[in-house]
Amino acid sequence: MRYAARIAVGPVQFRIGSDWPEPVAALESLYAGYPKDPERTADATVRLFAARPWRRWLRPSVHIGGDFVVPDALPLPLSMGLLAAEMGMNLQVALGWRRHMLLHASAVARDGRAVVMSGESGSGKSTLAALLGEGDWRLMGDEFTLIDPVAGDALAFPRAISLKNEAIAEMAGRVDAARLGPLLAGTPKGDIRHLIPRADAIAAMHQPVRPALILFPRFGGEPAIEPMGEGEAFVRLTEASTNYIALGEAGFAALTRLVRTTPAFGIAYPDSASGIALVEQLWAEAVR
Amino acid sequence: MGDRHYVAAPADALRIEPLGELTAIFDRRSMQTHLVVSPIPEILEAMGPEVCDARALAQRLAARFDLEAEGDAPAIVADRLAELAAMGLVAEA
Repeated sequence: MRYAARIAVGPVQFRIGSDWPEPVAALESLYAGYPKDPERTADATVRLFAARPWRRWLRPSVHIGGDFVVPDALPLPLSMGLLAAEMGMNLQVALGWRRHMLLHASAVARDGRAVVMSGESGSGKSTLAALLGEGDWRLMGDEFTLIDPVAGDALAFPRAISLKNEAIAEMAGRVDAARLGPLLAGTPKGDIRHLIPRADAIAAMHQPVRPALILFPRFGGEPAIEPMGEGEAFVRLTEASTNYIALGEAGFAALTRLVRTTPAFGIAYPDSASGIALVEQLWAEAVR
Repeated sequence: MGDRHYVAAPADALRIEPLGELTAIFDRRSMQTHLVVSPIPEILEAMGPEVCDARALAQRLAARFDLEAEGDAPAIVADRLAELAAMGLVAEA
Protein backbone atom coordinates (compact mmCIF):
# COMPACT_ATOMS: atom_id res chain seq x y z
CA MET A 1 0.00 0.00 0.00
CA ARG A 2 1.13 3.57 -0.57
CA TYR A 3 1.47 4.61 3.06
CA ALA A 4 2.36 2.32 5.93
CA ALA A 5 3.16 2.34 9.64
CA ARG A 6 4.40 -0.27 12.07
CA ILE A 7 3.17 -0.05 15.63
CA ALA A 8 3.76 -2.33 18.62
CA VAL A 9 1.03 -2.35 21.27
CA GLY A 10 1.76 -4.82 24.06
CA PRO A 11 2.74 -8.13 22.44
CA VAL A 12 1.11 -7.29 19.09
CA GLN A 13 3.13 -5.87 16.18
CA PHE A 14 0.78 -4.18 13.70
CA ARG A 15 1.40 -3.22 10.12
CA ILE A 16 -1.08 -0.63 8.92
CA GLY A 17 -1.26 0.18 5.24
CA SER A 18 -3.37 2.95 3.78
CA ASP A 19 -4.28 4.45 0.42
CA TRP A 20 -4.09 7.92 2.05
CA PRO A 21 -1.36 9.62 4.09
CA GLU A 22 -3.67 11.16 6.73
CA PRO A 23 -4.59 8.07 8.82
CA VAL A 24 -0.95 6.90 8.86
CA ALA A 25 0.28 10.36 9.90
CA ALA A 26 -2.33 10.50 12.68
CA LEU A 27 -1.30 7.04 13.92
CA GLU A 28 2.40 7.89 13.84
CA SER A 29 1.68 10.97 15.92
CA LEU A 30 -0.39 9.06 18.52
CA TYR A 31 2.11 6.20 18.73
CA ALA A 32 5.32 8.23 18.45
CA GLY A 33 6.35 7.30 22.02
CA TYR A 34 5.86 3.54 21.61
CA PRO A 35 8.86 1.23 21.18
CA LYS A 36 9.74 0.60 17.53
CA ASP A 37 11.12 -2.59 16.03
CA PRO A 38 11.00 -2.25 12.25
CA GLU A 39 12.73 -5.62 11.82
CA ARG A 40 10.02 -7.55 13.59
CA THR A 41 7.44 -9.41 11.50
CA ALA A 42 3.91 -8.07 11.80
CA ASP A 43 1.46 -10.18 13.79
CA ALA A 44 -1.55 -8.38 12.36
CA THR A 45 -2.12 -6.42 9.19
CA VAL A 46 -4.69 -3.66 8.75
CA ARG A 47 -5.50 -2.21 5.36
CA LEU A 48 -7.40 1.01 4.80
CA PHE A 49 -8.35 1.14 1.20
CA ALA A 50 -10.51 2.96 -1.30
CA ALA A 51 -13.43 1.02 -2.72
CA ARG A 52 -12.68 2.29 -6.26
CA PRO A 53 -9.45 3.93 -7.36
CA TRP A 54 -11.06 7.37 -7.95
CA ARG A 55 -12.58 7.30 -4.46
CA ARG A 56 -9.14 8.15 -3.13
CA TRP A 57 -9.88 11.72 -4.22
CA LEU A 58 -13.62 12.02 -4.76
CA ARG A 59 -15.55 11.91 -1.44
CA PRO A 60 -12.88 9.55 -0.14
CA SER A 61 -14.28 6.72 1.94
CA VAL A 62 -12.14 4.34 3.94
CA HIS A 63 -12.77 0.59 3.86
CA ILE A 64 -11.21 -1.53 6.59
CA GLY A 65 -9.47 -4.73 5.62
CA GLY A 66 -6.69 -7.02 6.75
CA ASP A 67 -6.15 -10.63 7.74
CA PHE A 68 -9.75 -10.74 8.97
CA VAL A 69 -12.64 -8.87 7.43
CA VAL A 70 -16.13 -8.12 8.67
CA PRO A 71 -18.16 -8.16 5.45
CA ASP A 72 -20.81 -5.68 6.55
CA ALA A 73 -18.49 -3.06 8.06
CA LEU A 74 -19.46 0.30 6.59
CA PRO A 75 -16.76 2.50 5.12
CA LEU A 76 -15.99 5.71 7.01
CA PRO A 77 -15.25 9.16 5.57
CA LEU A 78 -11.56 10.01 5.33
CA SER A 79 -11.91 12.54 8.16
CA MET A 80 -12.47 9.48 10.39
CA GLY A 81 -9.52 7.57 8.99
CA LEU A 82 -7.94 7.37 12.44
CA LEU A 83 -11.09 5.72 13.80
CA ALA A 84 -11.03 3.32 10.83
CA ALA A 85 -7.41 2.43 11.68
CA GLU A 86 -8.28 1.86 15.34
CA MET A 87 -11.29 -0.28 14.43
CA GLY A 88 -9.13 -2.28 12.05
CA MET A 89 -6.46 -2.84 14.71
CA ASN A 90 -9.10 -3.95 17.25
CA LEU A 91 -10.67 -6.27 14.72
CA GLN A 92 -7.43 -8.00 13.76
CA VAL A 93 -6.58 -8.63 17.42
CA ALA A 94 -10.10 -9.66 18.43
CA LEU A 95 -10.42 -12.18 15.61
CA GLY A 96 -6.85 -13.25 14.99
CA TRP A 97 -4.89 -13.38 18.23
CA ARG A 98 -4.23 -16.87 19.62
CA ARG A 99 -1.23 -16.56 21.96
CA HIS A 100 -3.30 -15.20 24.84
CA MET A 101 -6.88 -15.24 25.94
CA LEU A 102 -8.28 -11.91 24.91
CA LEU A 103 -10.77 -10.24 27.24
CA HIS A 104 -12.86 -7.27 26.23
CA ALA A 105 -11.83 -5.48 29.40
CA SER A 106 -9.81 -2.52 30.60
CA ALA A 107 -7.09 -2.99 33.20
CA VAL A 108 -4.84 -1.05 35.55
CA ALA A 109 -1.97 -2.29 37.69
CA ARG A 110 -0.27 -1.35 40.93
CA ASP A 111 2.52 -3.18 42.81
CA GLY A 112 2.62 -5.92 40.18
CA ARG A 113 -1.07 -6.79 40.45
CA ALA A 114 -3.95 -5.96 38.14
CA VAL A 115 -7.57 -4.88 38.33
CA VAL A 116 -9.42 -6.17 35.27
CA MET A 117 -12.67 -4.34 34.42
CA SER A 118 -15.01 -6.02 31.97
CA GLY A 119 -18.16 -4.46 30.59
CA GLU A 120 -20.13 -3.47 27.55
CA SER A 121 -19.65 -0.19 25.78
CA GLY A 122 -21.12 2.48 28.08
CA SER A 123 -20.20 0.66 31.30
CA GLY A 124 -17.48 3.22 31.90
CA LYS A 125 -14.64 0.68 32.00
CA SER A 126 -12.57 2.77 29.61
CA THR A 127 -13.07 6.08 31.45
CA LEU A 128 -12.39 4.45 34.83
CA ALA A 129 -9.15 2.97 33.54
CA ALA A 130 -8.14 6.30 31.97
CA LEU A 131 -8.79 8.19 35.22
CA LEU A 132 -6.99 5.60 37.37
CA GLY A 133 -4.12 5.69 34.88
CA GLU A 134 -3.65 9.40 35.59
CA GLY A 135 -3.27 8.64 39.30
CA ASP A 136 -0.91 6.14 40.91
CA TRP A 137 -1.97 3.24 38.70
CA ARG A 138 -0.35 1.95 35.56
CA LEU A 139 -2.82 1.90 32.69
CA MET A 140 -2.68 -1.52 31.00
CA GLY A 141 -5.42 -0.96 28.46
CA ASP A 142 -8.81 0.62 27.98
CA GLU A 143 -10.32 -2.00 25.67
CA PHE A 144 -8.50 -5.35 25.71
CA THR A 145 -6.63 -7.30 28.38
CA LEU A 146 -4.67 -10.42 27.51
CA ILE A 147 -4.37 -13.43 29.81
CA ASP A 148 -1.38 -15.74 29.46
CA PRO A 149 -2.96 -19.21 29.26
CA VAL A 150 0.09 -20.90 30.82
CA ALA A 151 1.14 -18.52 33.60
CA GLY A 152 -2.27 -16.93 34.24
CA ASP A 153 -0.77 -13.42 34.17
CA ALA A 154 -2.46 -10.39 32.65
CA LEU A 155 -0.67 -8.60 29.83
CA ALA A 156 -1.19 -5.00 28.80
CA PHE A 157 -2.55 -3.79 25.50
CA PRO A 158 -2.17 -0.03 26.01
CA ARG A 159 -3.40 1.32 22.69
CA ALA A 160 -4.27 5.01 22.60
CA ILE A 161 -7.30 5.40 24.87
CA SER A 162 -10.50 6.03 22.95
CA LEU A 163 -12.30 8.76 24.92
CA LYS A 164 -15.94 9.09 24.00
CA ASN A 165 -18.45 11.92 24.44
CA GLU A 166 -18.52 13.20 28.07
CA ALA A 167 -15.24 11.47 28.89
CA ILE A 168 -13.43 13.80 26.47
CA ALA A 169 -14.06 16.91 28.56
CA GLU A 170 -13.51 14.98 31.80
CA MET A 171 -10.01 13.94 30.73
CA ALA A 172 -9.06 17.02 28.69
CA GLY A 173 -9.07 19.11 31.88
CA ARG A 174 -6.58 16.76 33.56
CA VAL A 175 -3.93 16.02 30.95
CA ASP A 176 -1.39 17.87 28.85
CA ALA A 177 -3.02 18.79 25.51
CA ALA A 178 -0.04 17.24 23.73
CA ARG A 179 -1.33 13.82 24.84
CA LEU A 180 -4.67 14.28 23.03
CA GLY A 181 -5.33 13.37 19.42
CA PRO A 182 -7.65 15.27 17.07
CA LEU A 183 -11.36 15.47 17.92
CA LEU A 184 -13.34 13.08 15.72
CA ALA A 185 -16.83 14.57 15.95
CA GLY A 186 -20.02 12.76 14.98
CA THR A 187 -18.59 9.30 14.37
CA PRO A 188 -20.94 6.27 14.49
CA LYS A 189 -19.81 5.96 18.16
CA GLY A 190 -20.34 9.66 18.94
CA ASP A 191 -17.48 12.10 19.50
CA ILE A 192 -14.09 10.43 19.93
CA ARG A 193 -10.74 11.79 20.99
CA HIS A 194 -7.68 9.66 21.65
CA LEU A 195 -5.53 10.00 24.74
CA ILE A 196 -1.93 8.81 24.62
CA PRO A 197 -1.19 6.74 27.75
CA ARG A 198 1.47 8.06 30.14
CA ALA A 199 5.06 7.29 29.18
CA ASP A 200 5.49 5.00 32.22
CA ALA A 201 2.51 2.89 31.10
CA ILE A 202 4.00 2.50 27.62
CA ALA A 203 7.46 1.73 29.00
CA ALA A 204 6.03 -1.01 31.26
CA MET A 205 3.70 -2.54 28.66
CA HIS A 206 5.62 -5.82 28.44
CA GLN A 207 5.57 -6.47 32.20
CA PRO A 208 3.07 -9.22 33.06
CA VAL A 209 1.09 -8.82 36.28
CA ARG A 210 -0.98 -11.17 38.38
CA PRO A 211 -4.75 -10.42 38.31
CA ALA A 212 -5.92 -9.42 41.81
CA LEU A 213 -9.48 -8.29 41.15
CA ILE A 214 -12.09 -8.68 38.41
CA LEU A 215 -14.75 -5.98 38.25
CA PHE A 216 -17.88 -5.71 36.15
CA PRO A 217 -18.68 -1.98 36.26
CA ARG A 218 -22.13 -0.57 35.46
CA PHE A 219 -22.50 3.18 35.06
CA GLY A 220 -25.65 4.59 36.70
CA GLY A 221 -27.59 4.08 39.91
CA GLU A 222 -26.50 4.27 43.53
CA PRO A 223 -23.01 3.05 44.40
CA ALA A 224 -23.24 -0.70 44.96
CA ILE A 225 -20.95 -3.71 45.28
CA GLU A 226 -22.22 -7.19 44.43
CA PRO A 227 -19.88 -10.11 45.11
CA MET A 228 -19.94 -12.49 42.16
CA GLY A 229 -19.56 -16.27 42.31
CA GLU A 230 -16.93 -18.11 40.29
CA GLY A 231 -19.57 -19.58 37.99
CA GLU A 232 -21.15 -16.26 37.04
CA ALA A 233 -17.75 -14.62 36.55
CA PHE A 234 -16.77 -17.54 34.30
CA VAL A 235 -19.92 -17.15 32.19
CA ARG A 236 -19.48 -13.38 31.86
CA LEU A 237 -15.82 -13.67 30.92
CA THR A 238 -16.50 -16.31 28.25
CA GLU A 239 -18.89 -13.74 26.77
CA ALA A 240 -16.29 -10.99 27.14
CA SER A 241 -13.57 -13.04 25.44
CA THR A 242 -13.24 -12.71 21.69
CA ASN A 243 -11.15 -15.89 21.29
CA TYR A 244 -12.29 -18.20 24.12
CA ILE A 245 -13.75 -20.77 21.71
CA ALA A 246 -10.75 -20.64 19.37
CA LEU A 247 -8.37 -21.42 22.25
CA GLY A 248 -10.16 -24.67 23.11
CA GLU A 249 -9.08 -26.39 26.32
CA ALA A 250 -6.28 -23.85 26.92
CA GLY A 251 -8.94 -21.12 27.16
CA PHE A 252 -11.11 -23.26 29.43
CA ALA A 253 -8.17 -23.93 31.75
CA ALA A 254 -7.07 -20.29 31.78
CA LEU A 255 -10.54 -18.99 32.57
CA THR A 256 -11.36 -21.54 35.29
CA ARG A 257 -8.07 -20.71 36.98
CA LEU A 258 -8.65 -16.97 36.64
CA VAL A 259 -12.07 -17.02 38.30
CA ARG A 260 -10.90 -19.38 41.06
CA THR A 261 -7.89 -17.31 41.99
CA THR A 262 -9.34 -13.82 41.53
CA PRO A 263 -12.27 -12.33 43.47
CA ALA A 264 -14.98 -10.82 41.24
CA PHE A 265 -17.54 -8.11 41.90
CA GLY A 266 -20.22 -6.22 40.03
CA ILE A 267 -20.10 -2.51 40.83
CA ALA A 268 -22.62 0.22 40.08
CA TYR A 269 -21.66 3.89 40.32
CA PRO A 270 -23.32 7.21 39.47
CA ASP A 271 -20.16 9.19 38.63
CA SER A 272 -16.45 8.70 38.06
CA ALA A 273 -15.42 9.77 41.58
CA SER A 274 -17.60 7.13 43.24
CA GLY A 275 -16.48 4.54 40.68
CA ILE A 276 -12.84 5.20 41.55
CA ALA A 277 -13.64 5.07 45.28
CA LEU A 278 -15.26 1.63 44.84
CA VAL A 279 -12.23 0.34 42.90
CA GLU A 280 -9.85 1.61 45.60
CA GLN A 281 -11.99 0.09 48.38
CA LEU A 282 -12.19 -3.34 46.73
CA TRP A 283 -8.49 -3.19 45.87
CA ALA A 284 -7.57 -2.50 49.49
CA GLU A 285 -9.63 -5.53 50.58
CA ALA A 286 -8.27 -7.79 47.81
CA VAL A 287 -4.57 -7.16 48.46
CA ARG A 288 -4.80 -7.00 52.24
CA MET B 1 -38.98 -43.73 30.66
CA GLY B 2 -36.78 -45.11 33.38
CA ASP B 3 -35.60 -48.14 31.40
CA ARG B 4 -33.38 -46.38 28.84
CA HIS B 5 -29.74 -47.34 29.24
CA TYR B 6 -26.80 -44.97 29.07
CA VAL B 7 -23.02 -45.10 29.03
CA ALA B 8 -20.68 -42.41 30.33
CA ALA B 9 -18.19 -40.56 28.13
CA PRO B 10 -14.70 -42.13 27.94
CA ALA B 11 -12.62 -41.27 31.01
CA ASP B 12 -10.41 -38.71 29.23
CA ALA B 13 -13.17 -37.02 27.19
CA LEU B 14 -14.46 -34.57 29.78
CA ARG B 15 -12.69 -32.01 31.93
CA ILE B 16 -14.95 -31.17 34.85
CA GLU B 17 -14.25 -28.08 36.98
CA PRO B 18 -16.55 -27.08 39.86
CA LEU B 19 -16.96 -23.28 40.03
CA GLY B 20 -19.01 -22.57 43.13
CA GLU B 21 -22.68 -23.21 42.42
CA LEU B 22 -21.98 -24.03 38.77
CA THR B 23 -19.85 -26.74 37.24
CA ALA B 24 -18.04 -26.12 33.95
CA ILE B 25 -17.50 -29.16 31.73
CA PHE B 26 -15.17 -29.05 28.72
CA ASP B 27 -15.85 -31.78 26.18
CA ARG B 28 -12.56 -32.48 24.40
CA ARG B 29 -14.37 -34.26 21.55
CA SER B 30 -16.67 -31.36 20.59
CA MET B 31 -14.49 -28.56 22.12
CA GLN B 32 -17.69 -27.29 23.71
CA THR B 33 -18.05 -25.84 27.20
CA HIS B 34 -21.14 -26.84 29.17
CA LEU B 35 -22.31 -25.18 32.38
CA VAL B 36 -24.41 -27.36 34.62
CA VAL B 37 -25.84 -27.37 38.13
CA SER B 38 -26.53 -30.08 40.68
CA PRO B 39 -27.45 -32.95 40.29
CA ILE B 40 -25.75 -33.19 36.86
CA PRO B 41 -22.15 -33.41 38.22
CA GLU B 42 -23.26 -35.96 40.82
CA ILE B 43 -24.94 -38.09 38.16
CA LEU B 44 -21.81 -38.02 35.96
CA GLU B 45 -19.67 -38.98 38.92
CA ALA B 46 -21.98 -41.85 39.88
CA MET B 47 -21.83 -43.35 36.38
CA GLY B 48 -19.18 -46.01 36.17
CA PRO B 49 -17.66 -47.41 33.00
CA GLU B 50 -20.53 -49.87 32.59
CA VAL B 51 -23.96 -49.29 31.06
CA CYS B 52 -26.58 -48.22 33.59
CA ASP B 53 -30.12 -46.91 33.81
CA ALA B 54 -31.91 -44.26 35.85
CA ARG B 55 -33.14 -46.68 38.50
CA ALA B 56 -29.65 -48.05 39.21
CA LEU B 57 -28.18 -44.54 39.26
CA ALA B 58 -30.89 -43.31 41.64
CA GLN B 59 -29.94 -46.12 44.02
CA ARG B 60 -26.24 -45.19 43.84
CA LEU B 61 -27.04 -41.53 44.46
CA ALA B 62 -29.36 -42.44 47.36
CA ALA B 63 -26.50 -44.35 48.99
CA ARG B 64 -24.29 -41.22 48.89
CA PHE B 65 -26.72 -38.32 49.28
CA ASP B 66 -29.83 -37.56 51.29
CA LEU B 67 -32.18 -38.94 48.65
CA GLU B 68 -34.97 -41.52 48.51
CA ALA B 69 -34.10 -44.16 45.93
CA GLU B 70 -37.79 -44.77 45.30
CA GLY B 71 -40.44 -42.13 44.65
CA ASP B 72 -39.54 -39.32 42.20
CA ALA B 73 -35.79 -39.93 42.12
CA PRO B 74 -35.63 -42.41 39.18
CA ALA B 75 -37.84 -40.15 37.03
CA ILE B 76 -35.73 -37.06 37.84
CA VAL B 77 -32.50 -38.93 37.09
CA ALA B 78 -34.04 -40.21 33.82
CA ASP B 79 -34.86 -36.62 32.75
CA ARG B 80 -31.32 -35.45 33.57
CA LEU B 81 -29.81 -38.39 31.67
CA ALA B 82 -31.89 -37.50 28.62
CA GLU B 83 -30.57 -33.91 28.86
CA LEU B 84 -26.99 -35.15 29.22
CA ALA B 85 -27.48 -37.35 26.14
CA ALA B 86 -28.80 -34.32 24.20
CA MET B 87 -25.63 -32.39 25.20
CA GLY B 88 -23.50 -35.33 24.08
CA LEU B 89 -22.02 -35.86 27.55
CA VAL B 90 -23.46 -39.39 27.89
CA ALA B 91 -24.58 -41.77 25.17
CA GLU B 92 -27.61 -43.98 24.95
CA ALA B 93 -26.51 -47.60 25.04
